[in-house]
Parts: sequence; structure tokens; C-alpha cells
Amino acid sequence: MTINELERTATQVRRDIIRMVHGCQSGHPGGSLGATDIVTALYFDQMQIDPANFRMDGNGEDMFFLSNGHISPMLYSIMARRGYFPVSELATFRRLGTRLQGHPTTTEGLPGIRIASGSLGQGLSVAVGAAQAKKLNGDQHIVYVLMGDGEQEEGQIWEAAMYAPAKGVDNLIAIIDYNKKQIDGSTDDVMNLGDLHAKYEAFGWYVMEMSGNDMHAIVNILKLARENTHQGRPQLILAHTEMGMGVDFMMGTHKWHGTPPNDEQAAKALSQLEETLGDY
Amino acid sequence: MEFVIQNQKDTRSGFGEGLLEAGRRNPKVVAFCADLTGSLKMGDFAKEFPNRFFQTGIAEANMIDMAAGMALSGFVPFTGTFAAFATGRVYDQIRQSVAYSNKNVKIAASHAGITLGEDGATHQILEDIGLMRMLPNMTVIVPCDFNQTKAATLAVAEYDGPVYLRFGRPKVPNFTPVDEKFVIGKAQMLQEGTDVTIFACGHLVWRAIQALPILKEMGINAELINIHTIKPLDVEAVLKSVAKTRCVVTAEEHQRNGGLGDSIAQVLALNMPCPMEMVAINDVFGQSGTPDELMKFYHLDTPDIVEAVKKVVGRKQ
Repeated sequence: MTINELERTATQVRRDIIRMVHGCQSGHPGGSLGATDIVTALYFDQMQIDPANFRMDGNGEDMFFLSNGHISPMLYSIMARRGYFPVSELATFRRLGTRLQGHPTTTEGLPGIRIASGSLGQGLSVAVGAAQAKKLNGDQHIVYVLMGDGEQEEGQIWEAAMYAPAKGVDNLIAIIDYNKKQIDGSTDDVMNLGDLHAKYEAFGWYVMEMSGNDMHAIVNILKLARENTHQGRPQLILAHTEMGMGVDFMMGTHKWHGTPPNDEQAAKALSQLEETLGDY
Repeated sequence: MEFVIQNQKDTRSGFGEGLLEAGRRNPKVVAFCADLTGSLKMGDFAKEFPNRFFQTGIAEANMIDMAAGMALSGFVPFTGTFAAFATGRVYDQIRQSVAYSNKNVKIAASHAGITLGEDGATHQILEDIGLMRMLPNMTVIVPCDFNQTKAATLAVAEYDGPVYLRFGRPKVPNFTPVDEKFVIGKAQMLQEGTDVTIFACGHLVWRAIQALPILKEMGINAELINIHTIKPLDVEAVLKSVAKTRCVVTAEEHQRNGGLGDSIAQVLALNMPCPMEMVAINDVFGQSGTPDELMKFYHLDTPDIVEAVKKVVGRKQ
């Protein structure tokens, strides 16, 4: 896909996010909007996947895990737009009986989801396990995982961070959605994360940084990371993002972490996001 | 039925042998261990299948979730650590990534209960059966001796779904037949009787067997059933037995709360209320001591089963 096409897709995803959380008056718009560009680039440009024939085992294709499951509207929109399930199903988000649960699950059988996430800190470990399975299977495809930055406060992250380089899990690309905000405020105030770049490097990862809201930069770094796989080390990308990206009044604050817009706010947000692919 | 002690063996060694055999039968069987390879008797598997054995270091949360991630691709991962660290420490990982996500992970847990002995209460988990059986999708298995643990391990490897497999540290009488097929969810009738049903699991099964001749001398014809699968519970077998005997003793190396006794009590309360006594730990933590000392001190021994039977038969009028 061209950069322009990716950007237009991301814009529609952002519209979907606003409409989904507005529709059910719950959910997490801020982080979803911030991580949209990265995951759009993964699903529409970088990953080798077969959405029409979803396989739980992921054999013979790339795999993606969302560790910070609360930004599910972003993932659901991208998966639907990519063809995993009907776009119309986005309207059921968080409603009784839906396959689009508040946090991603496998119980309802939504194509594209391979494991539940929501309780933070687990996705990196799951991805390491899946990456090792690929090695055992002789499958050259790659495992991607997206984590939150606040999530780095979970101890389990560092268990996995220690394991992956020690065991040479080099078919793994982990990305941190580094928006420097969490529910209670800025990460600096809640729990200073320190130098994440240096920390992961010290654990033995190959670390790169990028702007997580610049499609050119994202595609370039993701390509580079892909070329770097199978060279002995896991890779981490620190993606500098803006929570609420694309909607001016949702940016620069943690207020929209888990708060849906009201009718007026939703209308205002949507007026800033062009309907590029047709609303669901 | 006559019970012959073939030898004295630890149930964990039954797991070790079963795992090795499962690995030979199925190349998809893999194993993770959090720095307790010797204690879990996973060394032979690790030696024979080095590519399928994953040493995780002392990081149980990471281990459980890696196993879930690997299960996705059609592998059959066993995780190994002490029961205390295999359950309470990683409850959230098991809940979200294994049980809720319904992944084919086998949680092998050794050194369960007070027979862990001298290490004391930090390691003597007595709540693990309860924790695990509360989780939807989870199967909970507590075999009674070496042979049964080996057979259970093989059965678990063939079963598709999350399993908690609980076993222990000490050498105990090995009496079930070699190569007896283990059927998950099927209660094992050890002795038919008419006056009382004893439901036992794990290390308490042998102690209950020893109670049988004592009870016979007292004129009590006891039925003994080994509930090696706590979940799914063999409700049919429980009700069939109790319909005949009309009173029950449960025996387990676990807290009363949440364990085998609770499981049976729920079935009976809903279907067939009757007098019941529980031989179990009663809402306290353990302490250091030898396994036999502790079993006596916490009233989990043969005389305690006999006393419970006398009491419950008396309550029947």
C-alpha cells in the first residue's frame, strides 16, 4: 500500500474508533487513536497474513498480539477493514452477545484474535512463546507484539524481556506505544519509566525508535526491523505516539484514556476525520 | 479388592516418566520448567528432547504465558514448578491466557500439600485445588500414586484443553496396576461397600485404604472411591454410591475450603443431602516437619479417617 493509502485507512480507523466508543458510551479512545498508525501499517503493509482464511495456529503467516488489550477498538476496526470479519460488526462493540468484547478474547470466536488480553503485562510472554513455536516449526514468519508504556511497570514484562535475548528469540518484534500517559496521569508522575531504550538494550535487545504517528517513519522502521530478524536478537521499537492523535481536543491529555465522547464531542471529533472508506 | 504395594515411589517421578513417554509418543509435546527440573523429574525429557525443553529461569508468570503462546501453534506444553508457584503466584496468567483463552496448557504442579514437609508453609500450598477448580474450562487432576500419576500424565497429553495436574514430593506406596488406563473424569472404585462412602484423592487414598480393614473389624462395610479427577467431577458415580450408603467422608491433603470435600458437598447438597465429614486442613497454614509428622498433626492420617467414618455413620442414626 502507498503511504497515502495507509494514511487514509488510518483516518477511517480513527472514525471507527470514535463511533464505536461513542456508540456504546464506553471504551478507550485515547490510546486507540494514538496507536492507529502503527497497527494500520502492520496489517495493511507489513504483515504477511491471510485474513480470509484465519488460522488460530498462525502457521505460515506473521502473527500480531495486542498486549494492552484496552485499545481494542483500534484493533477491531483494523481487523474488520482488513477482512477478518464484516465491518458492520463494529457496531456491536461492547454490546451484550458481541464477539467484540471490551477487551479482546477468543471465547466468542472472533477471527483474528488468538488469545485474551486486558490484564496487562502478559502479551510479551505470549509473543515469545509463539515466536519459539515458529522456530520449532521451521516457520520463518515473524511475531509482532504491541505493548503500552504504562504496562512496562508490570514485573512480568521484564521476565520476558530477560528471557527473549537470553534464548535468542530473534523472530520477534516488540513495539512500545510510548505516549507517556496512563490512567492516573503522565508516566513521569505515576512511575518514571526512566530510559526504556537503555533498559531494553541492557537486557540484550536491539532497540530502535520512531515516530509512531508518521506513516513514512513507521513503514521505514518496520521494514528495517523485518530485515533485522533472524540475526540472534529480539527487537524493540520505541514508538513515540500522541494519545488521542487525530482529534485535537483529545491530544495532549490523559483525560481520554478511558472516557467516551458525548454526542457533541463525537460530532466535533468526526468533523476532523474524513470518511475515507465509508463508515460502518 | 486386594491392594499390593509394588514399591515406594514419589508421584512426581510418575510425572517425569509420563512426560518422557508422552514426548516419545507425540513430537508436539514440549515442556517448560522454572528452575526446578530436578525436583519435577523433568531431566530425562530435557535430555532426550533438548529442543523441546525450555528452561525459563525463576519466572513463573512468563513461563505460563509462553506456554499459552506456544500452545497456539498446536504444541502441547507442560509447565513445571512447585504447586505453590504453579497456581497462586500465576493465577492471573492462568485465568486470562490459559483458562479464559482455552489454551492447551498442562500445568504440572509438584510438592503440593503438607507432605512437602520441612520447607514449611510458604511452599505447602493447600488452596490450589480450589483456585484451579473455580476456573471455567479447567480440568483438575490429583492422582494417588506413581503409576496413576504416570498414566494421568499420558492421558493429559492426549486431552485437548487446560489441565491442572497435582502431585507430590514424598515416596508413597505405589499400588495401582502398572499401565492401568487413566480415564479423565471417571471416578475409580477401589472397594465396594454399603455403610459409608469414602471419597479420597492424592496421598489420602492409600491412608483410606489402610482404614478399610480397621473399619471392617468394627463392622463397618465402607465403600472407597478415588476421585482422581476433581473437575469435571464424576457426579454420576458420587450419587450412585451415596444413594446406597447415605453418608460420606471425604479425605484430601488440602483446605476444606475449595477442595474435594467442597466439591462433593455441593453435589450432595443439591441432589442428595446426607451426613458428611471432611478429613482436610481446616483453615490454617502448615509448618515445618516430616511428612508423616505433619499428616498426623493435621489429622490427615488413617486413624482420622476411621474416626470420621465412625462419626458420620453415627450421624446416620
